[in-house]
Amino acid sequence: MTQKQKNVAVSSSHGPSSTSSGKRVTMSDLDKAVVRALQGDFPLVPEPYKELAARAGVTEAVFLDRVKELGEQHMIRKMGAVLRHREIGFAANALCAWEVPVDRLDEVATAMAQSPAVSHCYDRNTAPGWPYNLYTMIHGHSREECEAIADKLAKENHVPNRVMLYSKKEWKKTSMKYFSE
Amino acid sequence: MMNLSPFDKALLNLLQAHLPVCSHPFAKLGEELGTDEATVIAHLKALQAAGFLRRIGTFFNSSQLGYEGTLVALEVDEPAMKTVAEAVNQYPGATHNYEREGKYNLWFTLLTPDPALEKRILHEVRALPGVRGMMNLKARKKYKINVQFQLK
Repeated sequence: MTQKQKNVAVSSSHGPSSTSSGKRVTMSDLDKAVVRALQGDFPLVPEPYKELAARAGVTEAVFLDRVKELGEQHMIRKMGAVLRHREIGFAANALCAWEVPVDRLDEVATAMAQSPAVSHCYDRNTAPGWPYNLYTMIHGHSREECEAIADKLAKENHVPNRVMLYSKKEWKKTSMKYFSE
Repeated sequence: MMNLSPFDKALLNLLQAHLPVCSHPFAKLGEELGTDEATVIAHLKALQAAGFLRRIGTFFNSSQLGYEGTLVALEVDEPAMKTVAEAVNQYPGATHNYEREGKYNLWFTLLTPDPALEKRILHEVRALPGVRGMMNLKARKKYKINVQFQLK
């Protein structure tokens, strides 16, 4: 896309939106249309981007250019497949919440994030009566394996206090539809 | 359960890491796997039909798009669980909602484009009959989001 086209796209924006961290995010109407087109299922056809571009009302060349740009701006985290855990043998998962001394939080979180069994690792605020400040999603073939993985993480990182939150029922699991409010 | 061929495992390992951004992405994947576009598409359709794929597509960085996320834990009276869970499910920003063991027995993630909307939703949820307690566990830092399984 040329610089001129980019300017046109930006000027058609409804203005920046903000996040709590004070970060300003500028999304043009074109980029919002590209995000909306991308967030459904990816077409399993020879030229999938052509089909998505048509949904966004632009040419394939413009669409591909915007996708690359959104990736460079870290708005796209990943393009690819996510598998169904259960079908590939990972039947158990536990949300494990840890109580980590604040001065070691960054070090411990960084170390736990390295584990291939951990898919999500977030530092979160605490609540009255709830001292846990680090959350890891652990995947295993069984509950016993999840416990063993958590035991290992506890030992390696010297974090004895944790709570394992096993799911009893999945009430909802969807991907977000952005810009549809 | 795991009756994937070596080719399908290689394909899924590759596709979990990266979907090429070009006119013929499946031809590009085919090149890397030593096969053609039609074969890649046929195998992906079969894997999708067999239920191995949760989704092929794009995953966004919500905070970069101007959305704020949080994890909400609710303490719900057992008899009210179904109605509370279904009420939470009505919010489009509530993307994951799980019943879990423990005092806090319903946990959901919430994405909203502005803090006022989050506040309103949490206020409504807290007021649902049967909700006895609520914790709003905001993420301060994300160290990892990467759901990838290496298939061997």
